Amino acid sequence: MARVELESIGKSFGDTAVLSGINLDVEDGEFLTLVGPSGCGKSTLIRIIAGLEPQTSGRIRIDGAPVDDLRPHERRVAMVFQSYALYPHLSVFANMALPLTMQRLSLWERLPLLRLLSARRRRVMPGIAQEVRSVAAQLQIEPLLLRRPAQLSGGQRQRVALGRAMVRHPGVFLMDEPLSNLDAKLRVHMRSELTELHQRLKSTFVYVTHDQVEAMTMSDRVAMMDAGRILQLGTPAELYARPANVTVAQFIGSPAINLLPARIEDGGIAVLADGSPILRTLLPPGSTATIGLRPETLRLLPPGDPTRPAPFQARLRRVENLGAECMLHVDLPTLPGQGLVIRAASAGDLTPGTMVGVAYDPAAAHVFDASGNRVAAVATAAPAARLAQAEGRVS
Amino acid sequence: MTGPGLRQARIERHTGLAFISPAMLLFLLTSLAPLAVLLGLSVTDYELGAIDTKGVGMANFAKAFTDPVFRRSLGNTLLYVLIVVPGAVGLGLLIAVLVHGRRRSRGFYEVIYFLPVTSTLIAMATVWQFLLHPRLGPVNAFLRSLGLGEVAFLSEPAHALPTLAVIGIWQLLGFNMVLFLAGLSAIPKDLYEAAEVDGCTSAVDRFLTITWPLLTPTTMFVLVTTSITAFKIFDTVAVMTRGGPMGSSEVLLYNVYLEGFQYFHMGYAAALTVVFLAFILVFSAVQSLVLERRTHY
Repeated sequence: MARVELESIGKSFGDTAVLSGINLDVEDGEFLTLVGPSGCGKSTLIRIIAGLEPQTSGRIRIDGAPVDDLRPHERRVAMVFQSYALYPHLSVFANMALPLTMQRLSLWERLPLLRLLSARRRRVMPGIAQEVRSVAAQLQIEPLLLRRPAQLSGGQRQRVALGRAMVRHPGVFLMDEPLSNLDAKLRVHMRSELTELHQRLKSTFVYVTHDQVEAMTMSDRVAMMDAGRILQLGTPAELYARPANVTVAQFIGSPAINLLPARIEDGGIAVLADGSPILRTLLPPGSTATIGLRPETLRLLPPGDPTRPAPFQARLRRVENLGAECMLHVDLPTLPGQGLVIRAASAGDLTPGTMVGVAYDPAAAHVFDASGNRVAAVATAAPAARLAQAEGRVS
Repeated sequence: MTGPGLRQARIERHTGLAFISPAMLLFLLTSLAPLAVLLGLSVTDYELGAIDTKGVGMANFAKAFTDPVFRRSLGNTLLYVLIVVPGAVGLGLLIAVLVHGRRRSRGFYEVIYFLPVTSTLIAMATVWQFLLHPRLGPVNAFLRSLGLGEVAFLSEPAHALPTLAVIGIWQLLGFNMVLFLAGLSAIPKDLYEAAEVDGCTSAVDRFLTITWPLLTPTTMFVLVTTSITAFKIFDTVAVMTRGGPMGSSEVLLYNVYLEGFQYFHMGYAAALTVVFLAFILVFSAVQSLVLERRTHY
């Protein structure tokens, strides 16, 4: 078990800065996920923690001790690679035993042929074998111990890679996209297995992924990265409910949040391109903003009530039926090129091309200023104004 | 099978035969037919230009294994292979590992070591002859300047074959290096990183844990091709020593050449060639058997 502290980590390759000013404390026993689009620097960061790549600036401490000058194996970290990086010529047993033989036997006790002469090796090996077996039992891969990696399925290789990491009882597990080579079904399964493994081992996990679902479902905390910086650090719920900026809002959540560009008029009212007010903000008049509406905060209005016209008039483009729920893709005729996705329990008997009314919950809307940062919304007044305007248009 | 099905099968068989016939014809003309002639000649006493020839059965082979010249040349050839194979394979691997670690200068070293492969050995042999000349050669001039005196590389019976072997190693080194480099490039970088996290910190550990085992298929291939090439030594002997001094550098192919084209004992030369081919066959068999099994780890 260990705590990982990163202090203003920077990394450049030549003139290209890939990481800058990364400050991050991973608590003891925490499952922390680094998530972000490809090229955001998340893999580089985990490789720096592992010691596979030197940082250009900044300091790393594991359990309070600086590890900047330590080789990877001295840092008490274990790494699971995306490709699993199993040694193809060694059996599963030998793959898992390797970290222990490296630790406990001297060079000449590991040399081919010569090692047969070592009495100490004969004493040490049974202990190693027992530890490998107990880890294999935990991962349910005992029957595979004599096989070669090439004879294993993707999921089995994944477990062997985990096993090789576990035998050393490292303080920190570093995982670089460990599930991305698995098929969709197995990935969902391994997700819950990894979470259970974390709960059982109570070790610190630092997990890298580009898949926001993995980040949301497995982590205690998520660090969302983009362009070499951490945009937001928080629990999955925090990132979803209060995204610090547009990029986070866009990345977290599936289907993605609906974003509507708006300009701010007198009284802080955000107005869409078609001139309709949407909500009130604290932004100064004349600035621009982006309004974010999560698909589940939008709802379809029952048709045929002309006295209460809907805030949005939309045309249904496509229905994605997921069984338990469905995603309605609609276009807004007054805002060319702007679509919305609505999460609904069912689409009823609507067919594409139908005009529908869409209502939104201003209290659940996210407002981002011109530079993309989150600002508070004042969610009263505006819907009323919008409704009044809509009524005016109808009459 | 129904009628149309049968017809379909017959058409496919004929098409298949038509497709392989050009390759088959070439193989027949360039390999099988000469081999048949060779086997035929090896049991006769045919001499080049002779009008009268008769079959002698296995007499040529019986003569070969009692002929001191042939036995010496076979021994010399095997000794040559024994020096060249470990030298060219071991050094090739060492240089490949070193060159693989270079970044910018890699191309430069690759070209340098590969140059001997591209040059004509006959021409190079002449250059080596000059380099190693006792009076005029720079090698001996260098040795003299160190106060070590002259070494008669090619005219001293004990030195001739080892000297030819060193030239053989020089010639094969670059090719083996390129093969090993290809093998090294195929090893995933991840494995070295995993090994580093697992505690393989020294170069020796990395080599023994990853590089050497994963290069096994490449090594087997290099071993076999080097053995075959070394076994075929002829050019340097023909140009530099002509089997001398005192038969110390007589080798199998040179012996065949002498018997066939200098003494015109074509029947006997053919028998010797059959023996030579038997050795090559063994090397090739080892290659296909062992390689097929070992490539899949």
